Amino acid sequence: MTFFLISSIIKIIVVFTVIMVGVALLTLAERRICAWMQDRLGPNRVGPQGLFQPAADGLKNLLKEETLPAQADKVLFLLAPAMSFVPALLTFAVIPFATPLPTRWGDVDMVVANLPVGFLYILAFGSLGVYGIVLAGWSSNNKYSLLGGLRASAQMISYEIAMGMSTVAVLLLAGNVTLTDVIAKQSQSLFTWNVFPLSLAFFIFIVAAFAETNRLPFDLPEAEAELIAGYHTEYSAMKFSMFYIAEYANMVTASALMTTLFFGGWDIPFTQWDNTPPWTILKTVATLAAFTLKVGFFLFLYIWVRWTLPRFRYDQLMALGWKVMLPFALSYLTVIATAIWLLHDQLGWSYGTPFALALFGLNVLLAIPLFFVLDRGHLVSGSVAEEAG
Amino acid sequence: MAIGVKVMKRPGSETSYVRATLKGMALTLQHIFRPKVTMEYPEEKSTADWTISPRWRGTHRMLTDEQGRAKCVACGLCPQICPANCIKLVPGEDEQGNRYPLIYEIDEFRCVFCGYCQEVCPEEAIHVGVHYENSEYSRDRFVYDLERLCAQTHPVSTLWDPSDPKGE
Repeated sequence: MTFFLISSIIKIIVVFTVIMVGVALLTLAERRICAWMQDRLGPNRVGPQGLFQPAADGLKNLLKEETLPAQADKVLFLLAPAMSFVPALLTFAVIPFATPLPTRWGDVDMVVANLPVGFLYILAFGSLGVYGIVLAGWSSNNKYSLLGGLRASAQMISYEIAMGMSTVAVLLLAGNVTLTDVIAKQSQSLFTWNVFPLSLAFFIFIVAAFAETNRLPFDLPEAEAELIAGYHTEYSAMKFSMFYIAEYANMVTASALMTTLFFGGWDIPFTQWDNTPPWTILKTVATLAAFTLKVGFFLFLYIWVRWTLPRFRYDQLMALGWKVMLPFALSYLTVIATAIWLLHDQLGWSYGTPFALALFGLNVLLAIPLFFVLDRGHLVSGSVAEEAG
Repeated sequence: MAIGVKVMKRPGSETSYVRATLKGMALTLQHIFRPKVTMEYPEEKSTADWTISPRWRGTHRMLTDEQGRAKCVACGLCPQICPANCIKLVPGEDEQGNRYPLIYEIDEFRCVFCGYCQEVCPEEAIHVGVHYENSEYSRDRFVYDLERLCAQTHPVSTLWDPSDPKGE
């Protein structure tokens, strides 16, 4: 019991620190990668390659003046940054990031809390994050902030459903909502990574994840061109910074989630060495590196997409969410459930590489007509083609 | 949307989301590895693509003769033509009857850097300079006196020549 408490406290402190530092570096990475994409150099003055820029930004934000609008709802206004910040960090608690670490007193799971309902916990806390944004928008007593908050809630509702539907497919394969089991199921070979048997679910998930984290092309709650800065227009100094930290922490969590659910978590491909006991420190470090690399790739993808795509119009966003993603996710779920039922219950296959490859083939078959239709531009074009005249 | 938004009808071959997205992402990825155009200012002040123009009109410089005296003969043309009225000139005369400036001050804050002083000067004494790094810690340091004007070493402007508009 003491061992559990002490190891948990250490894990909490370490994970919290790593995420905070990661978020800080992510802000720098975003600015530098954005600069490179625009043929610039980006901030490289503070420290080697600008590595201390986040520290300088943080210091500046701490020293800036805090503003409090006279007409704002004071309690909610002060509460909102924390409310968006905390769920973003809490979600990470259930994500396993390496193989268990052997110590003199026993193995330590490399996950802050190995919840049996880890997956449901993530869905629950993932949607809590929007409360901070909505409350910030509402309590600011500013019409632009309110619009931003409204958009955030509408967007969250529309995409949460598609996101949930896409992950149900993962649960069908894993047969369990514990994330360590989801990873164990995927680590049999490269092709049992869920991205292969469930490629389209991954496609839905990644689009929904972009919407959930309010990143471009779905950053309508902020939409600086239309809403000034949306929900955080009235915030300054560290409270403003909190929203930023929350956004980036959400990105880290979403990337970790994509890694865990679809890319085998900490699994190293092409080898069984990493997912069989006895656990060694080397295995822990190697799998942690694999996990970090995968998460890093998704974080780069986030930044890459942000500096490539323009923002959706609001009605296009809603149309994509309700008219495309939701029916598509539902019908995909039906198809994949039928396929799994056929393979597993009727043909009696157990889950393995051939099972995964069969599902992958099905996904490719489904993907061809889907991308053909998507690519014709009829799904998210202007909404009132007939009335216009 | 309730109001009539004009929606262009385009053939399928011209509209795409997936292809266009992938194309755009390929483009942005390529740009990451391209050479950067940023000039890192304090370290590099000119590059192969860009140097400051020889016609740049910056802070002034007073040219001197062989004995190190200012070439100015205190004729009074520059304070006369100065549109910003930033030149203060008090003329003096020595025993041989040579005129020289007792006081010659230019307020660089008032100056609009038109270059008329250089154009009007019969002795080619006062010049605007090809120079732009002028920061100081106090405002009164921006009134340049004669000694300081003579001590400047930066190149002088070649002003625009109407007979040779492209500077060839």
